Amino acid sequence: MAELNYGLSELALEIRGMVREFAEARVKPVRAELDETGHFPTEILRELGKMDLMGLYIPAEYGGTFEGDSMPNLIAVEELSRICIGVSVSFAANGLGADPILLGASDEQKKKFLPALASGEKWAAYALTEPNAGSDAGSIRTTAVKKGDKYVLNGTKQWITNGGEADIYTVFAVTDKNRGARGVSAFIVEKGTPGFTFGKKENKLGIRASATRELIFEDCEVPAANLIGREGTGFIWAMKTFDVSRPGIAAQAVGLAQGALDEAVMYAKVREQFGKPIIANQGLSWMLADMATKVETARALTYATVQSIDRGVKDYSKFSAMCKVYASDVAMQVTTDAVQVFGGYGYMKEYPVEKMMRDAKILQIYEGTNQIQRDIIGLALNKEYGAVAKK
Amino acid sequence: MHIVVCVKQVPNTTQVRINPETNTLVRDGVESILNPFDENALEMALQLKEKHAGTKVTVLTMGPPQAAEVLKEAVGRGADAVVLLCDRAFAGSDTWATSYALSTAIRKLEPADLVLFGKQAIDGDTAQVGPGVADWLGIPCIAYARKIEIADGKAVVERNFEDGYEKLETPLPCALTVLKEANVPRMASLRGKMAAKKLVLQPTTAEMVGADPAKLGLNASPTRVVKIFSPPPKTGGVKWQGEEPAVLAQRLADLLRERKLI
Repeated sequence: MAELNYGLSELALEIRGMVREFAEARVKPVRAELDETGHFPTEILRELGKMDLMGLYIPAEYGGTFEGDSMPNLIAVEELSRICIGVSVSFAANGLGADPILLGASDEQKKKFLPALASGEKWAAYALTEPNAGSDAGSIRTTAVKKGDKYVLNGTKQWITNGGEADIYTVFAVTDKNRGARGVSAFIVEKGTPGFTFGKKENKLGIRASATRELIFEDCEVPAANLIGREGTGFIWAMKTFDVSRPGIAAQAVGLAQGALDEAVMYAKVREQFGKPIIANQGLSWMLADMATKVETARALTYATVQSIDRGVKDYSKFSAMCKVYASDVAMQVTTDAVQVFGGYGYMKEYPVEKMMRDAKILQIYEGTNQIQRDIIGLALNKEYGAVAKK
Repeated sequence: MHIVVCVKQVPNTTQVRINPETNTLVRDGVESILNPFDENALEMALQLKEKHAGTKVTVLTMGPPQAAEVLKEAVGRGADAVVLLCDRAFAGSDTWATSYALSTAIRKLEPADLVLFGKQAIDGDTAQVGPGVADWLGIPCIAYARKIEIADGKAVVERNFEDGYEKLETPLPCALTVLKEANVPRMASLRGKMAAKKLVLQPTTAEMVGADPAKLGLNASPTRVVKIFSPPPKTGGVKWQGEEPAVLAQRLADLLRERKLI
């Protein structure tokens, strides 16, 4: 198949081949069942760990294979997403959970927690959202009170991806309620810590293979050594994490949209009505052309954002927001159109596109709704052009 | 423990073409892969390595220079060492000559506790090389193995039949031919693939393993392929049950006599 040359490294291309083959062989045959039952893809993640694919974003000194190129991990997410984003979010959430550690933790903390994540022996999760703190993440109510060499955590986290399955949680809690967002701190909490339990697992519209669960902290004592950075820096790590993780959501969107496009084109070539394949109808082929154009545009923006971050571009939160909002809107449109191409068959569970359409919706919601993303872009524009005006 | 896995590079097609002149396989222009059953043998070895610390897995193949590709695949999955038995002297070997050649190479390695093979290769489909090598080496062989447990210098192996299985115990060293049901072969790891890329393979020649030239190649191969054809489908046979064993035995003996089989 013809493709653009994005200047991918040899490693990135190798990973693309490996994950594509893996997703076809191991994920495709079970995705419908995982979707139906809501079973967590434990075996799949274990195998990805054995293949050295869980540490693509972790530097070599902490057991991973990251050497300044973020594309291999991004492409692993994209290729898994092409087949199932319920699986890819379970994979990618490890990186989300580990990002605050990578960004803000001490060398000692990194050495303690990252190698087991890189090998895939342990899994991670990111715990920010609460029942009353979604987009307004600064209003979280979980508290952490210092007591000797420990912090005592109390509160409930909601909709935590990999909740219950992960071993290592980065948890955001208020250490000074008088300082708002600047009173938030980040902690590494291990599964099995007394006072740390799990609530109900959610029953969802899509990404049903993924675990989305409540975390409950009741007088949970966490070693003070597990505080990431200083007290009050938590919100910074939370937001910086999103700046680097949002292109990952865009990669999920690109992969999912590509998967839906693949299905739609193949179907349009074999489905015959009025004595010819439906792709021979201009109305339908133009629809496919628009779908393909959107997918490639989304991919180009996503890759350009990540490659720019790797090349040292500093102000990238606007672009992270752009690729997330654009690619996820594209994924919703393309999966919806794919169902349309399939017609009545597309609405049936025997075909994969209805799942893809259900799965796509979350991409416009999680890691900051697309309205929040547009806020970020708008704020950046206001700031950038304001500076010009002053000149 | 030292495990040797013998593998074969085969054409990736069920439409194997035969040269009508020589009655051998035409390999030109056909993509080559690691024989699927050999993947199960390799996986069995790698799982034993994970279970028994200090285990070394050596993968051996005999073939043309391009057979190095299947050895690279094996390194990618976790093989510790590989041997490419490659020499014009081996060309045209049948299962007898191949078994002999492989056995000489295995004798040159550190002593093997276990020698594994796939059930058969998907090109020739003879299923003879595994048992043949075991014979040359003078070690027991269990064909059609689906499971193995190793303890106290012995192997307990499950061997499949069409309607059941046997559980056998054998001393080590021994040879096994492995079924597809044994496991799900892993895929190569990233670090394994990187190691495989750096691998420089020196072919091992007939002279290096001290193989007797009179037992190698086409001329030393007693097999002559006269004709290749599809066998008629197997029919169900006759099954008697539920009566006294003595009655059934009598009936069987009568039938065999009637057909002049005894």
